[in-house]
Amino acid sequence: MKIAIASGKGGTGKTTVATNLAAALHRPVTLADCDVEAPNAHLFLKTTLDWSRPAYAFVPEVDLNRCDGCGECHEICRFSGITVMAGMVMTFPEMCHGCKGCMMVCPTRAIREGKRTLGEIKRGTAGQIELHYGLLRVGEAMAPPLIRQVKAQIDGDRDIPVIIDAPPGTSCPAIEAVRDADYVVLVTEPTPFGLNDLVLAAEAVRTLKIRAGLVINRADSGDDGVRRYAEESGLPILMEIPNRREIAVAYARGRLMIDAIPSFQQRFCDLYERIAEEIEGVKV
Amino acid sequence: MKIAVTSTGKDLSSDLDPRFGRTSHFLIVDAETLEFEAVENRQNMELPQGAGIQASKTVVDRGVKAVITGNCGPKAFKVLQQAGIQVLTGERGTVQEMIEKYKAGALKALASANVDRHWV
Repeated sequence: MKIAIASGKGGTGKTTVATNLAAALHRPVTLADCDVEAPNAHLFLKTTLDWSRPAYAFVPEVDLNRCDGCGECHEICRFSGITVMAGMVMTFPEMCHGCKGCMMVCPTRAIREGKRTLGEIKRGTAGQIELHYGLLRVGEAMAPPLIRQVKAQIDGDRDIPVIIDAPPGTSCPAIEAVRDADYVVLVTEPTPFGLNDLVLAAEAVRTLKIRAGLVINRADSGDDGVRRYAEESGLPILMEIPNRREIAVAYARGRLMIDAIPSFQQRFCDLYERIAEEIEGVKV
Repeated sequence: MKIAVTSTGKDLSSDLDPRFGRTSHFLIVDAETLEFEAVENRQNMELPQGAGIQASKTVVDRGVKAVITGNCGPKAFKVLQQAGIQVLTGERGTVQEMIEKYKAGALKALASANVDRHWV
């Protein structure tokens, strides 16, 4: 069972939900922190680092002795990662999305497989939680290939729950993180900002044909716009987290909510059961 | 000698477009005879990234020796420099005025990109 925790707006509580859910279950869980631009699940789980290694992406490397300047590589590249002008080839590694199309179409086999560093992928452990995460190199603009490599570390054959902590938004990194999930939990807050971005995220998830439900954080603040939207669009509200100072204090100290307020332990277990029911419901 | 000028319109009385990669048009002007060709750049205006590279290819493929524009980013500058094309910046004025200033040596040649790259 693969559950993605996502949101349109940033700072709504994705990592809070993902880490507390993982820790509350008291059973083996795999957690993938796919927010590679700002991974922070490890800070709350206090994982010990098992390993860390560099992650690379393909970039074209041109053998100028073989290149005859025909321009076919330029024709196939949608991102101007490689271009030929006045018979001269130039590459722009930072534009390359790594499809290798240029290598495939080159009639003189002048293009070799080069690489650029995307960042690092890491594995950590905390109790029964196996955490995978990535850290994008500062200055690197392309998060999706690194997110793919983080997700590739998940052993899908084992019968243990997988929780994906997605980056915020609805652009490529968020889509890459949630695309193969069985269920998406959208974390939101009951404010106009929260609602605006929730609608975008819910539409993205619908386009991907993945079932989704809501966790409303700071639920007793704001207005009733999010609840009305949930009702109109048929999104179930799975859990509500109150706007409590103790929760904020625990977060600021890098502590889990379930440790600071033990009654939340059961509430996160209930959330898990509820998600499992929602997934079953669609299979029947 | 052919010069590319980024232009808001299709003739010599059009204003200089300060954008290079996402300029509205390129006017490819013969500096001596003032004969010109207008090249639309619509396909690049809509590109999320790589507009500077594509635009550079447009002007390099037309055999120009200099580009007059407002701003030029790092990737476009790299391509133009490699192709041996001089990049000059004008401020306000029409394409024709830019050509006249160029001939009078009144335009500044860029030694490096003068604006940062764009990421969407």
